[in-house]
Amino acid sequence: MAASETYPEDLRYHAEHDWARIEGDEAVLGITWFAQDALGELVHYEPPNEGDTIAKDSAYGEVESVKAVSDVIAPLSGEVLEVNAKVVEEPETVNDDPYGHGWLVRVRLTNPAEAESLLGVDAYKQVVAEA
Amino acid sequence: MAQMLLRTPLHDRHLALGARMVPFAGWEMPVQYEGVILEHRAVRADCGVFDVSHMGEFEVEGPRATALLQATLSNDLDKIGPGQAQYTLLTNDRGGIIDDLIVYRLDDFRFLLIVNAANREVDLHWLKEREIPGSDVRDVSDEYALLAVQGPRAIERLGLPEAAQFTFAEGEIDGVQCMVNRTGYTGEQGCEILVMAEDAVDLWDRVLARGAVPCGLGARDTLRLEASLPLHGNDITPDTDAISAGLGWCCALDKEFSGAAELRELKARGPKRKLVSFVMEEKAVPRQGMTIEGGGEVTSGTHSPMLDRGIGMGYVPAGSATPDTELVLDVRGKSRRARVVKRPIYKREE
Repeated sequence: MAASETYPEDLRYHAEHDWARIEGDEAVLGITWFAQDALGELVHYEPPNEGDTIAKDSAYGEVESVKAVSDVIAPLSGEVLEVNAKVVEEPETVNDDPYGHGWLVRVRLTNPAEAESLLGVDAYKQVVAEA
Repeated sequence: MAQMLLRTPLHDRHLALGARMVPFAGWEMPVQYEGVILEHRAVRADCGVFDVSHMGEFEVEGPRATALLQATLSNDLDKIGPGQAQYTLLTNDRGGIIDDLIVYRLDDFRFLLIVNAANREVDLHWLKEREIPGSDVRDVSDEYALLAVQGPRAIERLGLPEAAQFTFAEGEIDGVQCMVNRTGYTGEQGCEILVMAEDAVDLWDRVLARGAVPCGLGARDTLRLEASLPLHGNDITPDTDAISAGLGWCCALDKEFSGAAELRELKARGPKRKLVSFVMEEKAVPRQGMTIEGGGEVTSGTHSPMLDRGIGMGYVPAGSATPDTELVLDVRGKSRRARVVKRPIYKREE
């Protein structure tokens, strides 16, 4: 069952509809409720490889629904420590739980200071309201 | 300035159901209500209803109506009598496919053609240019709405009698008069119901009350692709021909029609490329325009909700067109394997 619209307070957001949960020098990344709703039910997740380096504001993977494919934009730069295998097997997990079981990658941050440029929840909600 | 999109008589009903509306062939149409996969499964398991009022309807009438249509449509109208329908192609002088459509023989001198929304103008112009004395072609699209009710329980839910595929009859659903056509675009049983535009909302409400799940164009596309039914504009176009597309079965090459000589020649020497259905062997969703190694191209692709993997159609060299042949697709720079399958890609086990 699809999740209802939420934007957790404890996350940092990127205007391309991605979120980051920063934990020390690591972060977990995913796409927001707005992004999964715009795409519809996800049917495929093309992840990066573990060990890949991803760069802030650049695509690090793809998510696809029946009708569309979309790049996933990295909110922060880092090295991929882990890909969420559950989402590779069951992409609809992202629709069900975009901020929990539907996370996409865990990274080691290579430039933690980048976090300062990300949006807080209120600023991101403004982005959504204007989309 | 933004182009005005046309709206079907059911537009307000779609909005009330929370449909996501998209532009399609000049119309504002529902692409999904609850979700493409849920709607797809409803049609495979039970019954779904689609508003396909954007499709065009022409009436062709007169003592020489048959002559006009025999000269312009690929299939042989002599094979059907009043009350019967036929899948056929409107072909150009090169044997290319201007449109695919269903022709309904209303009586000996009167036919109804239901054509693709995107081709309505082109088709009408083509037929009007070829009108002969004693034949009259009229675009009556604005008078009608069209609902496709599809699925293994569609006929039972509508309280309709069993009837053969590609037949039609006047009918009534809970007091609404309509024309019930035993046709569809999903690979399931069901019907397409033609109704006066002013009765469309009443019919829609009654069909929903009988338990049909509202379905959008998203599910219509995944369903037709699982059933290996070509989509005009993707898989067949004015630049592709019926022989290469595997539609020779609806071309009566023993009669004369636009492009018949070209098609006969093509059939005799064998087409260079053939339209095939394929299933992905690796995780990937094929999309229109992707290259197939060895000189092929994907014309339609999606994720199959029933098979839970990527499926598609595309043109490949004739030598690679036999079932079980392995294909390699270029999926945004990555090679992904697929396999040619027999049509249809999916068929429910009875």
